[in-house]
Amino acid sequence: MMERLFRFAGDNGLLVAFVFVGAIMVLAYWLSRRVARGKVHGSAIAIALGLLLAFWAGADTGGKNGVADYPLLAGIGVLGGNMFRDFAIVATAFGVRMEDLRKAGLVGALSVPIGVVLSFAVGAAVALAFGLTDPAEITTIGAGAATYIVGPVTGASLGVSSRIISLSIAAGLVKAVLVMVATPLVARRIGLDNPASAMVYGGLMGTTSGVTGGLAATDPKLVPYGAMTSTFYTGLGCLLGPSLIYLVIRAVL
Amino acid sequence: MPILGVALLAACTLAGLFAGDLLGAALGLEANVGGVGVAMLLLIALTNLPGRRLGPETPTGNGVQFWSLMYIPIIVAMAAKQNVFAAVSGGVMAAVAGVLAVVAAFALVPVLSRWAQRP
Repeated sequence: MMERLFRFAGDNGLLVAFVFVGAIMVLAYWLSRRVARGKVHGSAIAIALGLLLAFWAGADTGGKNGVADYPLLAGIGVLGGNMFRDFAIVATAFGVRMEDLRKAGLVGALSVPIGVVLSFAVGAAVALAFGLTDPAEITTIGAGAATYIVGPVTGASLGVSSRIISLSIAAGLVKAVLVMVATPLVARRIGLDNPASAMVYGGLMGTTSGVTGGLAATDPKLVPYGAMTSTFYTGLGCLLGPSLIYLVIRAVL
Repeated sequence: MPILGVALLAACTLAGLFAGDLLGAALGLEANVGGVGVAMLLLIALTNLPGRRLGPETPTGNGVQFWSLMYIPIIVAMAAKQNVFAAVSGGVMAAVAGVLAVVAAFALVPVLSRWAQRP
């Protein structure tokens, strides 16, 4: 009976995912109204609940994909995977005004290289402070502070050990999770309430999952602007990390 | 028809992502460069064609609007499949690097925003 149910749920994974996420949303909006008294937005609570469940699932299963590692919830891997994520992000551009994009155009574009260099610099400084001396390893930790994709790509092309690569992925995951959780909390203080600042924010943070999650929890109207710039970040990081930035770090040391 | 909107959205997404993939490959990278951004620009351009703007209240517009409204649930699913356990148990150096990178970027947002809004 149980086995039959699991197989049935597996065959209908996406539908199970819709029900699962729907249940999280209901719970999150109830908590937002009753417990947080409307001070914390329901979507912020929903994302936090998702992360919490993912942590719990990771500790339980030892897998990498959060709750999607439970056969019953494999559909979450599809609904929360890159295909649906990109599809929905592009859909949020429906209704975006060209003038708003153009207004922050130049600074929005500049924020991407500034954000990439900033993350590498911070990550590299931390690696130095923790006693690393090999420039390739230091660059890889810096790359992880950019995003959890830039980290392993840079590390692989510089040929560092898998221990350093997993550290860089962990640094990128910490960044993504923290951006999702902290953005709604600091949004007002950093003036994140208009298209121009959302573009700057997306370019400086760069982690697509962090930026899109953080903006969704802050103000869904800002999502397309942040997504527009952050989509160039990982590519630029992978381009500069193993080349220019590695050479600069090696020259400085 | 709503399917026209869904098809338009899917076509824009596919075209943009493939363009980003090709751009990444041209630069010798295993990463998609700006695919989502290109797809968004395509969608904005095609829904604002002169003389035949596509509104969200039209049947075709509904097909696009639906997926834009599904955005938050999809992000919640994305959050639920993150490797949060690895992030939390990745060690002190990883945590410090990740946290400081976020703090530094948050600090720069108002600086660059002010610059962006200067006339």
